[in-house]
Amino acid sequence: MNFNVDEKGYYGEFGGAYIPEMLYPNVEELRQKYLSIMDEPDFKAEFNQLLKDYVGRPSPLYFAKRLSEKYNTKVYLKREDLNHTGAHKVNNTIGQILLAKRLGKKRIIAETGAGQHGVATATVCALMGIECIVYMGEIDIARQAPNVARMKMLGAEVRPALSGSRTLKDATNEAIRDWINNPVDTHYIIGSAIGPHPYPDMVTRFQSIISEEIKWQLKEKEGRENPDYVVACIGGGSNAAGTYYHFLHEPEVGIIAVEAAGKGVDSGHSAATSKLGKVGVIHGCKTLLMQTVDGQITEPYSISAGLDYPGVGPMHAHLAQSGRGEFFSVTDDDAMNAGLQLTKLEGIIPAIESAHAFAVLDQKKFKPTDVVVISLSGRGDKDLDNYIDYFKL
Amino acid sequence: MNRITQKLQEDKKILSIYFSAGYPNLNDTVQIIQDLEKNGVDLIEIGLPFSDPLADGPTIQGSSTQALHNGMTTEILFNQLGNIRESVSIPLIIMGYFNPMLQYGVEAFCQKCAEIGIDGLIIPDLPVDVYAEKYKAIFEKYGLINVFLITPQTSDERIRFIDSVSNGFIYMVSSASVTGSQAGFGNTQETYFERIANLNLKNPQIVGFGISNKETFSQATKYAKGAIIGSAFIKHLSESGSGKIEEFIGGIR
Repeated sequence: MNFNVDEKGYYGEFGGAYIPEMLYPNVEELRQKYLSIMDEPDFKAEFNQLLKDYVGRPSPLYFAKRLSEKYNTKVYLKREDLNHTGAHKVNNTIGQILLAKRLGKKRIIAETGAGQHGVATATVCALMGIECIVYMGEIDIARQAPNVARMKMLGAEVRPALSGSRTLKDATNEAIRDWINNPVDTHYIIGSAIGPHPYPDMVTRFQSIISEEIKWQLKEKEGRENPDYVVACIGGGSNAAGTYYHFLHEPEVGIIAVEAAGKGVDSGHSAATSKLGKVGVIHGCKTLLMQTVDGQITEPYSISAGLDYPGVGPMHAHLAQSGRGEFFSVTDDDAMNAGLQLTKLEGIIPAIESAHAFAVLDQKKFKPTDVVVISLSGRGDKDLDNYIDYFKL
Repeated sequence: MNRITQKLQEDKKILSIYFSAGYPNLNDTVQIIQDLEKNGVDLIEIGLPFSDPLADGPTIQGSSTQALHNGMTTEILFNQLGNIRESVSIPLIIMGYFNPMLQYGVEAFCQKCAEIGIDGLIIPDLPVDVYAEKYKAIFEKYGLINVFLITPQTSDERIRFIDSVSNGFIYMVSSASVTGSQAGFGNTQETYFERIANLNLKNPQIVGFGISNKETFSQATKYAKGAIIGSAFIKHLSESGSGKIEEFIGGIR
């Protein structure tokens, strides 16, 4: 079975480009050019040089000794938290800004939830001297003040999304509306493996550096390229897509996806899309989507703003439906405790998003000989207030 | 013959009005349709509200959100329209986003529309390519016209493709924008309207987005067969209520 995108832009039944005609010229231009641009030698050279010298790649693959002892298995952490700007997001924004320049675009727009993708976008726009507008839900602006300040300091304009629930979904709507209003000079840097084709595939390819590095790093450390499992948290699913990419067609590698259960999958306050979603269309793609029986998109909930999305990337919807991926749901409480445990055992404070992935160690029993690579997608600095509130620190 | 096709054959400029079903009040839908027909409107687009209307500006978003708050659902809309053909003969189009139709079931949705006497659909986020491949046969089976959008950025080649798939009219978006954001038309629009008119398409074109009054209506219909008013009508409904439709329509032509 093919787990990559097919020539029509689908992963199984998921994906496609369900966009209003106003967006067609932009999305079609991208579709026609993204692969050839990404294949140009000077693009590759510039991308790789920035990943190395600016982002700080390769990110380490770290053997977590104390965590491994506790769970009696071999746990490696892929340290995306050590990237410049503190998460995996920058791999994609570097790639897309270089692509936007080659498309002759003069203005960048982006959506952001917790602000990580907004910061990563504002960063590359500062680097390239390009105008940057970031849409962010009014509620998220209030609860993520430090990232709002970072974006402003980097020269971006942060525009509040005032419609709907005033969170990530609505920020994405506003960014799409901006693109409709500015169809010629603007490129939209989507931050996750979502949106109309070719976005999910393009974002996945830029993030695939994660699994590319895991392969040679693991070869050095364990004498083999393939781990037994790769584990990542999933909101829209860009760090997961990058972590899985080079293992999708290696059947001996188990693919584990961790969604946010919020207060519990059936509590009415959850973002566990693979459990609660049905096939639907959101932000230009067909995927699993949390919605009412009437097809209205519902509000997800998670303590982690980065997993607080009612859909999931089409690649992941296909992994869930086909059974290639094993999906777990982790509650707020379990994620917070896993985050604190990682801090105490390994001296690493993870982003709450990434902490969800670590909670899988309590849900699934791995063998002592298993090599389990967990994507530590972001650092926890941005979440200190949450940790402080939660643990009464 | 489909009522839309029949109407388009009349030697006149078409005035089409869009409103969100269930706005301002849940049960205003039928009364608004009847009043619009009584006041000489030619075609009505009934908006099926959606939580995330990507192509709409604040006015239509607001009316859509309010309609959902009022309790509007696909089922309720179909119930409200159940006997609509007993009181009006005006062509009726349902305009809405794809996801609610997908959940209802595209075939079931089309079948229900045909039963009620709906003449066509406008689904902005159902791309023409997907329609042609997967849904065209269903629409045709139920005698429904599907209307596609073109914009100033749409290439001539794609416009011809859209023209070939269309069987009623082409919805000509006046400028690169979401709904309700234009203050008037300038030279850019004039050039665009003229360019499209010169393509000699088989389907007539009706202009939408940015038409709010007598002046913009007559500018838009200089080259095109008709024009659609949405946001301006909704603003009127929110300011004056659903009782003063005559006043608004009377001001257009």
